[in-house]
Amino acid sequence: MPIKRKPHLSATFALLPTWLVAVVVFIGTMAWSIRLSFTNSTLFPSSTYVGLAQYVKLFSSAKWLASLQNVLIFGVLYVAGCLLLGFLLAAALDRKIRFESAFRTIFLYPYAMSFVVTGLIWQWMLNPTLGIQASVRSLGWETFVLDWVVNRDMAIYALVLAGVWQGAGLVMVIALAGMRGIEAEQWKAARIDGIPVWRIYVSIILPQLGPALAAAGMLLAMGVIKTYDIVVAMTNGGPGNSTEVPAKFIMDNLFGRQNLGLATAGATVLVLGVIIAVAPFRYAIYMRNRAKGVA
Amino acid sequence: MKGMMKLLLTGVVFAGMLAPALAEDKPTIEIMSSWTSGGEAAALDIIKTEFEKRGGVWKDSSIAGFGAADAAFQNRIVAGDPPGAKQGVIGLAAADFVGQGLFNPVDDVAAAGKWADALPKSIYDLISYDGKVYLAPTGAHGESWVFYSKEAFAKAGITEEPKTWDEFFAGLDKLKAAGIVPVAWGGQPWQQTKVFNMILLSQVGIDGFLKIYVDKDKSEASIEGVKKTLDILGKLRGYVDDGAAGRNWNDATAMLITAKAGVQFMGDWAKGEFTVAGKEAGKDYGCMIVPESPGMVYIADSLWFPKTGNAGTDKAQKLLAEVVMDPAIQVEFSLKKGSVPMRADVDKSKLDVCAQKGLELMTAGNIVPDQAILLTPQQVGLLDDFVDEYWSGGSNDMASAAENFFAIFE
Repeated sequence: MPIKRKPHLSATFALLPTWLVAVVVFIGTMAWSIRLSFTNSTLFPSSTYVGLAQYVKLFSSAKWLASLQNVLIFGVLYVAGCLLLGFLLAAALDRKIRFESAFRTIFLYPYAMSFVVTGLIWQWMLNPTLGIQASVRSLGWETFVLDWVVNRDMAIYALVLAGVWQGAGLVMVIALAGMRGIEAEQWKAARIDGIPVWRIYVSIILPQLGPALAAAGMLLAMGVIKTYDIVVAMTNGGPGNSTEVPAKFIMDNLFGRQNLGLATAGATVLVLGVIIAVAPFRYAIYMRNRAKGVA
Repeated sequence: MKGMMKLLLTGVVFAGMLAPALAEDKPTIEIMSSWTSGGEAAALDIIKTEFEKRGGVWKDSSIAGFGAADAAFQNRIVAGDPPGAKQGVIGLAAADFVGQGLFNPVDDVAAAGKWADALPKSIYDLISYDGKVYLAPTGAHGESWVFYSKEAFAKAGITEEPKTWDEFFAGLDKLKAAGIVPVAWGGQPWQQTKVFNMILLSQVGIDGFLKIYVDKDKSEASIEGVKKTLDILGKLRGYVDDGAAGRNWNDATAMLITAKAGVQFMGDWAKGEFTVAGKEAGKDYGCMIVPESPGMVYIADSLWFPKTGNAGTDKAQKLLAEVVMDPAIQVEFSLKKGSVPMRADVDKSKLDVCAQKGLELMTAGNIVPDQAILLTPQQVGLLDDFVDEYWSGGSNDMASAAENFFAIFE
């Protein structure tokens, strides 16, 4: 039975500024960008409409297509890697080990760093003439090869490695908090039944962490779309197009190449992509909530 | 906000009286450049010192990397808070800004200083838009240079500068055999494009080069020239080290300074790094135009003067334009930066052997402009993509690559 609410005038007024900001800043600028993507703007906005020409140009650009593919590979591996490693770290810390808080700090520490710092550190470590390869070789193993950042086929995985190193700590903290919320009774019951520890984690703990891990996964996924700084710091999109990502493509065209029309077309495609990816989830959640409401 | 804080603080210190008076008396300028490497910073300092000597107040907002500096500059322009001066190349790059009425002309300074007489006509045309002078040129750079470490050459047993590409590759083989990295390669797209262009000039000549970039000529001769260029570029892949990808040009130059590498393809600003390291042209390192090249690719830097709507800054811009074009400053600046002075009427005796070689080519007219002067920023970007993709892709399919090259201009 729906409850009738009186409209609170003061509350409406209090929310008004936020509403205005949301409408003008978010939706307004988005509409402005989409409009520009149909024009031939170069350095400055123009109002000469050229239809879908910028989109045609965009999808005939090998660089853009490569960037879409790269962000997909990076996104899947990065999110999956962070979730897996983060969960394992949390499970390890959950075993009531000594110096737990010290380890927790150490594992979370990378997350406090900017992606630029992470990117630079890993770039130096993976650079064949400066980093790990050079040091191992100087120790006597002359044929050792670790050249991921300069290797066209491996550069994208170097990004994943650096990303997971940074992001796993966040998942660990969230998962650990979730694990601490699980009642001790369940552990006792499982022990009495003689279930092995790994099985408890997989079959009992993991399902209960669902919402926590989903939240962590969402946070990471949003980071994937924005991926820019770590690429610039580590590989600058190279070698060739092998680590180009959409955000960098857009930034390059927006500033370096004075190509506003193409950049906004790219941004529009990116927004559409996100909406298409997120809509089914939102719809599923909405349907589930409605089903619950009926029951 | 920051301005408020400053005002408040100065107010406290000077009891409110002195500060505003001081700020208005002196022409103040904020200059944004990407000149941050050792030699570049030293050159900028020459301008700064003279500018301050003539009563100006200098605020440096340098940002490493011209891409980053350009992005920051555009942000400032869009935000309506442009810096007083920006370093940028002459030609098409500034055209959009001038067209939108965002820059101040320095016409009166140019007229008073008789720039039209002092500068080569082609340069004067490239700093003028609709008959008005807008940019103050700082120096020209030759970009067809191969620098080599004399120590490395001696170790490898190379006694003479190679005159042809065949001799050149033979020399690289010798360097490799001597355990030296043959080519100090800067694996960033813009550097690779410069190498592409200097090879192209050596293959198609001055007229052929201009035909391709100015007339966008797609004749059989042009296509053949691009193919030959890609062939040579592809061969060079075998002579670079593992760390080449993404390497900065000054890091590559450092490899020559320490004789770890033999040669570097770079513009003459690399000399600035040698100078800072205490190395001398002709003695510690040599400079030659790429083999078989009939001339030199050049790029010219200048200062741009955005409209700030501030009378003090306008005054400072005029003063800065004067300083930059001062004959003595042009020479001093070039010595530090490794460039060639723009003015033809300067004292050439102080210039090193490389700069004199470059100046010879310039005065003889054996020069072609860099792509940044001839092409729009979009096309420059596509050219970078093209060369980078070919270089790092490892493909040797020259025919389809040449096809892609001409797609840049569409």
